[in-house]
This record gives sequence, C-alpha cells and structure tokens, in this order.
Amino acid sequence: MNKTIITVVGKDAVGIIAKVCTYLAENQVNVEDISQTIVQGYFTMMMIVDTGGSSKPYAGMVTDLDELGDAIGVNIRCQREDIFTKMHRI
Amino acid sequence: MINILEVNETNKMIEQEKLDVRTITLGISLFDCCDADLDTLNRNIYDKITRLARDLVSTGREIELEYGIPIVNKRISVTPIALVAGRACRSPEDFVTVAETLDRAARDTGVNFLGGYSAIVSKGMTPTDEALIRSIPAALAATGRICSSVNIGSTKTGINMDAVKLMGEIVRETAEATKENNSIGCTKLVVFCNAPDDNPFMAGAFHGVSEADAVINVGVSGPGVIKHALEDIRGENFEVLCETVKRTAFKVTRAGQLVAQEASERLGIPFGIVDLSLAPTPFVGDSVAGILEEMGLESVGAPGTTAALALLNDQVKKGGIMASSFVGGLSGAFIPVSEDQGMIDAVNRGALTIEKLEAMTCVCSVGLDMIAIPGDTPATTISGIIADEAAIGMINNKTTAVRLIPVIGKDVGDNVEFGGLLGHAPVQRINRFGCADFINRGGRIPAPIHSFKN
Repeated sequence: MNKTIITVVGKDAVGIIAKVCTYLAENQVNVEDISQTIVQGYFTMMMIVDTGGSSKPYAGMVTDLDELGDAIGVNIRCQREDIFTKMHRI
Repeated sequence: MINILEVNETNKMIEQEKLDVRTITLGISLFDCCDADLDTLNRNIYDKITRLARDLVSTGREIELEYGIPIVNKRISVTPIALVAGRACRSPEDFVTVAETLDRAARDTGVNFLGGYSAIVSKGMTPTDEALIRSIPAALAATGRICSSVNIGSTKTGINMDAVKLMGEIVRETAEATKENNSIGCTKLVVFCNAPDDNPFMAGAFHGVSEADAVINVGVSGPGVIKHALEDIRGENFEVLCETVKRTAFKVTRAGQLVAQEASERLGIPFGIVDLSLAPTPFVGDSVAGILEEMGLESVGAPGTTAALALLNDQVKKGGIMASSFVGGLSGAFIPVSEDQGMIDAVNRGALTIEKLEAMTCVCSVGLDMIAIPGDTPATTISGIIADEAAIGMINNKTTAVRLIPVIGKDVGDNVEFGGLLGHAPVQRINRFGCADFINRGGRIPAPIHSFKN
C-alpha cells in the first residue's frame, strides 16, 4: 500500500545510487528493488521503496528528492506505485 | 511487479506528451440553499460552496505531487441557478447578485471556473428561467470565473425555438457587454441540446437535478499521447490504427480513474464519473487536429476529416470504457478552434470552415466550440446556427453545443486573443444569407419520431 517508485534519469556519474540511498536510509525508507538501464545514453534507475516506516511527510520527500536531483545533476521523481500499476495492469 | 519500461512509458507520457488530468470538478447541489429572501439565499450558497470545496484545490495539489501527474484545473459545478434562485430573484438584477456570490465563492476556494449559472428550457421557459437568461450578459460582464449554459432542446422534448431566438440575442448582448475585452463573456456561455447532468468540463458544466448532494467528476485528456502513439504506426491499416487509439485511451483513462478515486476518498465525497474526453489546449503537441493529421490528412478540414474524427471518437470511448467503473459527461473528442493550435492553423490556411466544423460535430462529443465570428453577425443568424446544431443533437441522440464569440469591432481576417487556456482565434467567415423569418416564427420544433420509445 505504501509502495513508491523512485526514478532517477540523467547523465551517469559516480555516487548517484549512494546519495539517493543515503537519503532514503536517513528517512527510514526501505528499498525493495532496484533496476537500472541505459536509455539513449542516459542513466535510468528505478527503485521500488516502502515508505510505510518513514515519518517523513510524502510531499516533503518529493521535494527533498527533487532538490537532491538538482544537486547531483539528475532528474529524480518520486511517485506512488498506483499510477503505474493502474495504467499497465488490468 | 511493475518494470522499468512501463515506468518510463508513463513518465514519458507525462513529461513529453502532455498527459494530464484536465479537471477535477466538484459538483454541488444547491437545492437546500433555497430561500425567499435574496440575502439569505446568497449567504446559504456561499456557505455551502466554501464548506464543501474548502479542501478541493489543496487535495488536487496533493494528488498531483504524490502521483507525479498534473491536474490542470480544479473546478466547481452547481445546480442550475434558475432552479435554485426562483423564489428570491424577481428580476435579472437579483440574479446578477447570485452570480457575484458564486464568483466570490469560486475565488475564495481557489478554483478557476464555476459552472451552473444555467437554465434548462428544452421544452418551455418559466418566468424565472427567462429572468436568469436575460441576466446572463450582465452576470458574465460582472464576474470573472462564472460559466453559464442554457439547454434549449433534447431528443425527448424537441427544440424550444423561442429559447433559440432569445439565446441568439443573449450571445450578442454578452459580446456587447464584454466588448472592451474581445467579447470574452461569450467564451463562458454555452447553448446546449441534450446537455449531460454530470459534465465536468467548462463552460458547460452544471450539477444536474439527478445528482447527489455532492459528487466528484473527473475529465481526462491526452491528445498528445494519442498522437505520439500514432507516430509509431504510420502507414499501417485501420485495424492497427483503431487498436492503437483504443489501447492508448485505456491507459489515459486509468490515470483519470485513479485520480478520481483518490480525490473522492480524500475529500469524503462520492465519485461520480470519468469523462473520457480528448481536450486540447493551445500548447504545441496538445492538439486533436494534430491526431487527425497524423492519421494521414494534409490538414484538418480536408476530405476524410469527419471519418477520421468519427473513428477517433469511437475508439477513445471503447478504450476508455473498460478503464473506468463509471463513464459519463461528454466523453469523446473536443474540437474547439481557439483552444487547439492545429485547428487555428487549419483555419488560417483556409482548410477548415465553419460548415466543415458543423459536419464534424455530427460525430464527436460536442459542437461548434470557441469559434470567433464577425462582430456584426445578426442575432437571428446566431440563432440559426444554434438551431442547426440543436437539430443535429436532437436527431442523432447526442449532446451538441454552440459557443460562438461574435467579437464586437472585429471582422474576417482579424485575430482575437482570449488568453490562457481559452487561446486565440481567427475571426471566421460565416454564411451571410439571413434566416430571420425562420427564427422569428416562434414556438417549438416537436420531438423526433424516434424519441417515442415508451
């Protein structure tokens, strides 16, 4: 129920996963799955995380990750899983 | 479990193809606000709207943020005011005070439009209906967020030609009353045949008498997404074309259904319907005309346009209907001129005339929408156009509507800017032969033979 999809898209660089995971760990967000690919030369990572144990308000996490993305030079989106499952599963 | 390709597909739709939820519209019944005293009525209306819609805009923003999908508009529709204000309003001036109250409530709840300054006169007009209709020009001139609609016919009742005649005059008067601002009042005035009770889209939204006390209706969009999907299947046959539109419409609608359910749950207000509509905006890449041209037309308006629009409309419904538990409203493709850059371009290059647009309204969900016409167009000619559209709706058992803007002081060749999502429009040529003797007959056109199904 508390599943969230975090996507990171941008130019590959050292430490992207580390920085995102550090933020998630500090906020008690559990990473359940990570997949990664290169699409048209761009680093694309998707994480499935559980925010159930986090006390951080959802909106705050969205904003923090957006700012973190700006700092590293990648685009980070944080969306509830439902938007994808509803669209791609009957 | 969801995979990275599916996530990328959805996010590409949102980021590059302008997938959005066009509107969350909160329908509110105002029947319990009725009172014989005008001040009490106005107070009741303001209190009820601001109480129920207090969290509408913030909830919409919350959903937008959490799911990462834009919700472009948050709006309100109310019970047709002619039905609510009858006891308190003795004159058009009294009705204008109600419009001002609605405008204040819209502003204070943060919504950009509130619809329902309306009357349903499909068969006949009560004195109250007529007073409301006569107040429309002043009401739209005095307010910024109020939308008005009048239903002048239906398949069940026929067409009220007295109301058609009156609405031609009212459209002109509204244009005059807002002439300092490109006759913008007319962009917020729709004349309907077979108006739906649960339409979430402006300017024609109102909360019908068959509805509950409050309800959440959602309008989806996504012309850009459909166009991009069609770019991948250029040259394929119609089976592949239709299947692609259908599959894409399914995905678009599922996003709308999710937003509708979330909004309903968070606001504690029942979910009504999802309106499966392709609603364009003036932004590049968000055009219904663009889809038709991607199907293989040199320009929208060319021969083949009506067939292309018919298949688009049908496949959008077929794909969408399985994606939502309740479907309603207008559902189909919208073809407003000023709000669709592809339509504007087609008019400018001489490919799209008002007559072709009329033919297109036979197979899509709305009617002649957001079309600028010369400011000196006689009221009876506007009534004639309304009657033609109403006849198409009545005979074909579908909703049709007319939203024409006779721009005072402007003529064919001029361009008119309405601003924002209302876009801009070239003033279009209309047939200059008159129909005054036809319109001035008065009375009603009887219901068609196929309406007698009991």
